[in-house]
Amino acid sequence: MSILVLAEHHDGVLVGATAHVVAAAKEIGGDIDILVVGEHVAAVAEAAAKFDGVNKVRVADHVTYAHQLAEPLSALIAELAGDYSHVLAVASTTGKNVLPRVAALKDVSQISEIIAVESADVFKRPIYAGNAIATVQSADTLKVITVRSTGFDACPDRGGEVGNAAIEAVNFIADNAQSTFVKEELAQSDRPELGAAKVVISGGRGMGSSENFKLLEGIADKLGAAIGASRAAVDAGFVPNDMQVGQTGKIVAPDLYIAVGISGAIQHLAGMKDSKVIVAINKDDEAPIFQVADYGLVGDLFQVLPELEQKLQKQNLDAN
Amino acid sequence: MKVLVAVKRVIDYNVKIRVRSDHSDVDLTNVKMAMNPFCEIAVEEAVRLKETGVATEVVVVTVGPKAAQEQLRTALALGADRAIHIDTSVETDNKVESLTVAKLLKGVVDEEQPGLVIFGKQAIDTDNNQTGQMLAALTGWGQGTFASEVKVEGDTLQVTREIDGGLQTVSLQLPAIVTTDLRLNEPRYAKLPDIMKAKKKLLEVKSPAEFGVEVVSNITLLKVEPPAERQGGVKVGSVDELVDKLKNEAKVL
Ligand SMILES: Cc1cc2nc3c(=O)[nH]c(=O)nc-3n(C[C@H](O)[C@H](O)[C@H](O)COP(=O)(O)OP(=O)(O)OC[C@H]3O[C@@H](n4cnc5c(N)ncnc54)[C@H](O)[C@@H]3O)c2cc1C
Ligand SMILES: Nc1ncnc2c1ncn2[C@@H]1O[C@H](COP(=O)(O)O)[C@@H](O)[C@H]1O
Repeated sequence: MSILVLAEHHDGVLVGATAHVVAAAKEIGGDIDILVVGEHVAAVAEAAAKFDGVNKVRVADHVTYAHQLAEPLSALIAELAGDYSHVLAVASTTGKNVLPRVAALKDVSQISEIIAVESADVFKRPIYAGNAIATVQSADTLKVITVRSTGFDACPDRGGEVGNAAIEAVNFIADNAQSTFVKEELAQSDRPELGAAKVVISGGRGMGSSENFKLLEGIADKLGAAIGASRAAVDAGFVPNDMQVGQTGKIVAPDLYIAVGISGAIQHLAGMKDSKVIVAINKDDEAPIFQVADYGLVGDLFQVLPELEQKLQKQNLDAN
Repeated sequence: MKVLVAVKRVIDYNVKIRVRSDHSDVDLTNVKMAMNPFCEIAVEEAVRLKETGVATEVVVVTVGPKAAQEQLRTALALGADRAIHIDTSVETDNKVESLTVAKLLKGVVDEEQPGLVIFGKQAIDTDNNQTGQMLAALTGWGQGTFASEVKVEGDTLQVTREIDGGLQTVSLQLPAIVTTDLRLNEPRYAKLPDIMKAKKKLLEVKSPAEFGVEVVSNITLLKVEPPAERQGGVKVGSVDELVDKLKNEAKVL
């Protein structure tokens, strides 16, 4: 068996979720190669070569692959796929965009968002917004799979003495007449990435306005937390879409998830119910969010949040 | 330009699902079914393109059992011009794999020659998020997935996509494939007179064999289980108590 893992990267930096996909690949077993595709991605390749258990890193560094558009990226992966039994990628918007296209080019099915590996051809994946877990078996010779990073612990880097994996260039350049990149508007933030943060504090429709989301910032600063949101908060224009947590947004599983002014619709729960500890702050004591919360506080968020921020500060002072 | 829209019949998104006691699948007997929410957005976008004079005809297509004709009628009531049902005679349409759906739709594309095909980004039953991308591969067309805005400009299409870090805009050569995200538009409700009119619109039924596609599956569903239940915890009486519990009991602060 040999597995190709597509590295996830942004702005020339390897994204942490890739380490979780390498971990999934190790559970499948076999030789693991990592594919780094983009423009000016040498640093990404070097970071990927540090993963424990990786055979080699293949790098396609060319302007055609800048912005990782689906058309050339899928053509490249399909070109290389013949060498492998499995192709894996993070279930990110990049992975979801590209891998089904690869699968269809190779005339095989794609298995979306696996959360567990049972064997080299049997996997578990959530369906119906995580309200059921399916175990599926693939009979395809090439298995094309996206991996939900919260399902697997990150693979470690190799220890100091053992050398890094070899890095080799891939010279295939795909034609792309179908699509061109126009622009990207990326949210700028000093906070940790939603998918990787140890603490996430999310606001819902109950926040009432974009302005009021500032109430979450002070707390996020103290906890080193990422800020998320429900779809209703996104739709109301309080925050941009990349903050959405849920079935059709980001899936998070931090150590601590704090839901503020969020009712707890199944589509929201689908994105956060695997968090270790869930706190809910809501003024409606019958809100469904309380059914999954470890600690529920019934109250008006406009009173609770300033007090919480202040008490957290005090905590930190006490600790010093 | 003709616009083709793919719609899927799925469990209504408000229904709480149950797993069958023999763990063979989710129990769909006597469950309320509806058009996949992302497909409603796809239909809405196509109808708006027609209303603004960009599209000349809107054709909706579904792959699934006879009952899925209900969702085609809904799409017709919302403003689609005609419908195609590819009858796979299976109990529920989530049994037909995305790749097979994409191959059948490729057959429809070859016959209909649309300038644009609009999909939902994801069916809320299988949560696959694959079919549009797969048809894009089979046709060799460009794809604009997770679209929050689409603009036709001559023979190109500008698509704004919801990506992990924010928004990305790509320009696609037409014909092309688009898959919809929630923010693309807010679907209208069908009005009674339109529902009546929809009954008279053309709905063709075809078989997979007519497209030379065999309905096979390379993925076997071995088991379906309910997820691990989360035990609801406790209510705390004050912020002080909350901070104390998080620090001393949960040890996450
Ligand atoms: C196809 C589809 C996909 C979807 N995907 C997602 C998804 O990925 N993520 C997602 O989140 N949603 C998703 N949704 C939407 C989901 O169904 C809910 O509509 C949404 O999660 C509700 O958001 P909310 O809890 O913020 O709003 P509401 O349900 O309106 O809840 C607001 C809550 O705030 C509380 N509140 C109000 N004021 C205060 C106050 N002053 N203090 C304390 N509490 C207060 C209220 O008691 C209430 O419980 C999807 C829906 C569909 C149809
Ligand atoms: N059986 C089907 N018939 C018609 N369209 C479908 C079918 N299954 C999926 N689709 C389309 O593909 C989109 C994504 O579905 P999926 O890839 O299954 O998550 C849906 O929103 C539909 O637009």
